[in-house]
Amino acid sequence: MSQTANVHPHTESVSGMLERFVRANRWLLAATGALMLTALGMAFLYAPREQVMGEIQRIFYFHVASAWLAMMAFLVVFVGSLLYLWKGDRRFDRWAAASAEIGVLFTTIVLVTGPLWARPVWNTWWTWDARLTSSLVLWIMYIAYLVLRGALPESRKKYQFSAVYGLVAFVDVPIVFFSIRWWRSMHPVVITGKGMNLEPEMIHTLALSCAAFTLLYFLLLRLRLMVERLRDEVQSLQRTLLELE
Amino acid sequence: MKTLRLALWIARKDLRLELRSRQNFLTVLFFAFIVIIVFNFAFDPGSPAIAEVSPAILWVAFLFAGMLSLGNAFAMEREDACMLGLLLAPVERGVIFLGKLLANLLFLLAMEVVIFPIFVIFFNVNLRGGFFWFLLIVLLVDLGFVAVGTLFSAMTMSLKTREVLLPILLFPVVVPVVIAGVKATAGVFGGGGLPAIAGWLKVLVGFDLIFVLLCYSVFQYVVEESN
Repeated sequence: MSQTANVHPHTESVSGMLERFVRANRWLLAATGALMLTALGMAFLYAPREQVMGEIQRIFYFHVASAWLAMMAFLVVFVGSLLYLWKGDRRFDRWAAASAEIGVLFTTIVLVTGPLWARPVWNTWWTWDARLTSSLVLWIMYIAYLVLRGALPESRKKYQFSAVYGLVAFVDVPIVFFSIRWWRSMHPVVITGKGMNLEPEMIHTLALSCAAFTLLYFLLLRLRLMVERLRDEVQSLQRTLLELE
Repeated sequence: MKTLRLALWIARKDLRLELRSRQNFLTVLFFAFIVIIVFNFAFDPGSPAIAEVSPAILWVAFLFAGMLSLGNAFAMEREDACMLGLLLAPVERGVIFLGKLLANLLFLLAMEVVIFPIFVIFFNVNLRGGFFWFLLIVLLVDLGFVAVGTLFSAMTMSLKTREVLLPILLFPVVVPVVIAGVKATAGVFGGGGLPAIAGWLKVLVGFDLIFVLLCYSVFQYVVEESN
């Protein structure tokens, strides 16, 4: 018993973990919170009311920022996968795993906020427009990545397989976008561009919102990485216990 | 050249096994046949809509059947530790990938050669002299599909959930191939000739080049003798 405790000095309660996390990331937490609140305030108070779409247009600031965050997350999955295959360091696999989950979460937000906006503006929840279809395929692809991770037991094999899929998926993204755009443009598309002549105030709000979401991404990533590290620790603890038996 | 010759040996082994048992081939063939029949029930026979959806039906039948055969490509190597034997062969991992790819490709093509005439009869399709273009489309779609499929088939071979996991992994990735295949086939059936399909052929060639190379080079990571 005591021997295990010596090998792993980090055994503490969950609340203690969270406390430590908050302390270690207090500046990031404070900055994210401040920017988020400012972005929220700007979206509702500073940005002007859109003449045609009305209030619903304000969802745009969070919709686009979520899409931006998701793309960033999927880029990190790609880089993490590439680095893992190259260096074989488990750390890079953790980046990819954590980022994929965050990316799927925010793609889900994009796919939910989109129809909320589209219903009053386009008069339909969903249309098979190029951008919508591509986002949907992207979402499915990274859910498949997470399903693959879930199906494999913790091992080097799991990290390698995931890295291979992370690589293939990201290389596929531009081809998917291109072919879908092209597939749709063969038909008459009812709704073309969104006709957004952005006011300067709108651009400011969007920029700030994207900045806030970028910080949020790093915060979530750090939190998620901590959980992954803990999982590894639990694993090695279990292994030590088995050896002791 | 030597790589290709070695790969052919592996493909020959797989195809010989298949020729002797024929079990896989007949099952997959029958499955594709049933898919086509089911779609016939789903749409009103003789309605003009059927001409519009027939390329999609053809590709759903081809690729779903292809998925089934891909699932078996590596699963059969699990018996009697055949995979270990294959890995011990004095060749690069990439050669094994190419061999498996070739075997899968030929298997799929053989299935399509049987299914296509049946499809033509049931759906009253007129190729209008576009046979050569159709052949080219089938080859390109199959190559891209099988390249990614062979990689994922090796990845899922040892998993309990492989029958479900393989389609989940494969279909989102091959979306461009499915779109290009269906659209180009519709172009040929519509009598458009090369101008109607040139763009889609470019998509297919691009996809094939990128993914044959990528899958070839990462294949070594999905076949490890450890655990």
